Amino acid sequence: MFVQQLMNGFAMGSIYAIVAIGFVLIYKSTEVVNFAQGELMMVGAFITYTCVSYLQLSFWIALPITMIIMAIFGSIIERIVLRPLVGEAAFVIVMATIGLAIFLRSAAGMIWGYDTYSFKTGFSDVPVQLGSYVLSTSHISVIGVTIILIVCLHLFFTRTKMGISMEAVSQNQFAAFLMGIGVKKVFSRIWAISAIVAALGGILLTPIQFLNYNMGFIGLKAFPAAVLGGFGSIPGAIIGGIIIGVSESLAGVYLNDGFKDIFAWLILIVVLLIKPEGIFGTHQQKRV
Amino acid sequence: MRFEMRMNYMQDVQLFKYRSTAVWYSLLILLILLAPVMLETYWISLLNMVGIYIIASLGLNLLSGYTGQVSLGHAALFGIGAYSSAILTVTLKLSFWLALPMSGLIAAIVGVVIGLPALRLKGLYFAISTMGFGFIVEEIIIQWESLTNGVNGFLVNRPSIGSFEFSTDESYYYIVFFLVIIVTIIFQNILRTPTGRAFIAIRDSEIAAESMGINLAAFKTKAFGISAFFTGVSGALFAHFMLFIGPENFDLMVSISFLVMILVGGMGSVHGSVFGAIFVAVLPEMISLSKDYIPDIIAEQAGLEAAVYGLILLLFIRFEPLGLYGRWLKIKFYFEHFPYYKKDTFKRVRKFYRREMQ
Repeated sequence: MFVQQLMNGFAMGSIYAIVAIGFVLIYKSTEVVNFAQGELMMVGAFITYTCVSYLQLSFWIALPITMIIMAIFGSIIERIVLRPLVGEAAFVIVMATIGLAIFLRSAAGMIWGYDTYSFKTGFSDVPVQLGSYVLSTSHISVIGVTIILIVCLHLFFTRTKMGISMEAVSQNQFAAFLMGIGVKKVFSRIWAISAIVAALGGILLTPIQFLNYNMGFIGLKAFPAAVLGGFGSIPGAIIGGIIIGVSESLAGVYLNDGFKDIFAWLILIVVLLIKPEGIFGTHQQKRV
Repeated sequence: MRFEMRMNYMQDVQLFKYRSTAVWYSLLILLILLAPVMLETYWISLLNMVGIYIIASLGLNLLSGYTGQVSLGHAALFGIGAYSSAILTVTLKLSFWLALPMSGLIAAIVGVVIGLPALRLKGLYFAISTMGFGFIVEEIIIQWESLTNGVNGFLVNRPSIGSFEFSTDESYYYIVFFLVIIVTIIFQNILRTPTGRAFIAIRDSEIAAESMGINLAAFKTKAFGISAFFTGVSGALFAHFMLFIGPENFDLMVSISFLVMILVGGMGSVHGSVFGAIFVAVLPEMISLSKDYIPDIIAEQAGLEAAVYGLILLLFIRFEPLGLYGRWLKIKFYFEHFPYYKKDTFKRVRKFYRREMQ
């Protein structure tokens, strides 16, 4: 039972981690805390749903189409909503992303309806026997995709020119700009990447939790994950996500009703009290 | 342009800068008193909501607009106020007049207890941990069924004096607006004291404030406590106005709508809180009234209200981040300095380096 819950938690945690990576990517380079990350996830899943169910495409064709559409969608959001706000107070930008989240959620409801949906993913959902434990392939695929994603992102940020310029922008926008890095281009690419990552999270979540216009609320759970990890570090976000997922799944079994939903927040508050900058956060110097 | 002569230092802190302002405000109060005679019940119940929101939005503005600590969990304090008053009057059979300040106090105590550790956190972390606090309180309301009746909700009564019960919206309106005026005056007075000035100093620069001898933790806790008190009182008024409260009245969207109030109205201004409260209370009514004039295919959408809400929020942030009150000030400035208004008069300074969230 314990190990079973541990594995379920690991799968759920991987999804939190994917969404949290999306947060962290955007936060690191543009200093925007994106409350619409969960909604990006939901939109991505709905686009795949449309491709698979209405256009009758195979999942493996729908997947790259979704990724392209989401990349464009992410850049458009950055261009229309966030670029005019560069340099505004952080709170104002947060409220803009909240407004965006509310808008996307209701727009998705209008377009796709308010029921729950599901679609066939490429990973068939059969239980797999691992010793005496049962794990569904959808859970395994989540964990697998997360690992692949992490490796890809790591390579991207350390080996490619674009990745390194993103890293530079995240350290100092102004200095990066003076060094000839196209900051605008970096911002728009980072939103594109983040939207793709979010869409992957949404697609992976669909077999586990079904597709619904309200799915974005899961994105809020990725906040504790990102904060636990220090909000600026990708490995931190992954570990934070897995901690949240596993403890939530264990709380659902061993604690009273209601604890499951708020356990992530309890952990968050306790950790922040002990270490206010998160587990992997670095203490930042203040500018006066 | 109006010129003023400075005769003594008290002029800087007086409640009304000009005598004409005082006259206009007394006219406004007269109008408020006469409103139930002139308007239909529909508008009066809307005004009740406006009044309740004004108190909550003043409370949040003190914390977020003046002290610079953005809270995403004020719906929890609103809920604590509402449930305290409900439990005190219905379960414990206390009088409403005693329960109202007590529910404010309970919210303030909870606010301080939660706020003490949370205020160690900076900007973003504070906002996210208050959001967590909001979720936790909502779940406690759902789970603690013996006290709150869980998801089934709680029936509340209207208050009464002697044999007179404030059962109509018109009579309740007088309670609400009496409190709105009291709270506004208290609020203005807090801002004029050293405490209020310390709050503003903390918002503008924590380090500068600290080096001027302001105890950050103490003043932030004070701000949180006072803010929680106002929000709690407003929650209590909400409970007795709605007559029925449930956990869904106090979810994250309510916290967000409080933030929308101060953002759309104007951060760090009393007028802004009032404008924002009017805006948030009236917007859904306006949308439902305008449904007759827009094509059916849009009007019938269930998510229309939320979509418009999100869109308006985005447009405000993009085009008028100073809010309605900021716009009002600009218009006033334009006419006061008539030929001299330039496009860049109110241009804001932007910063392009890493900074704290404010």
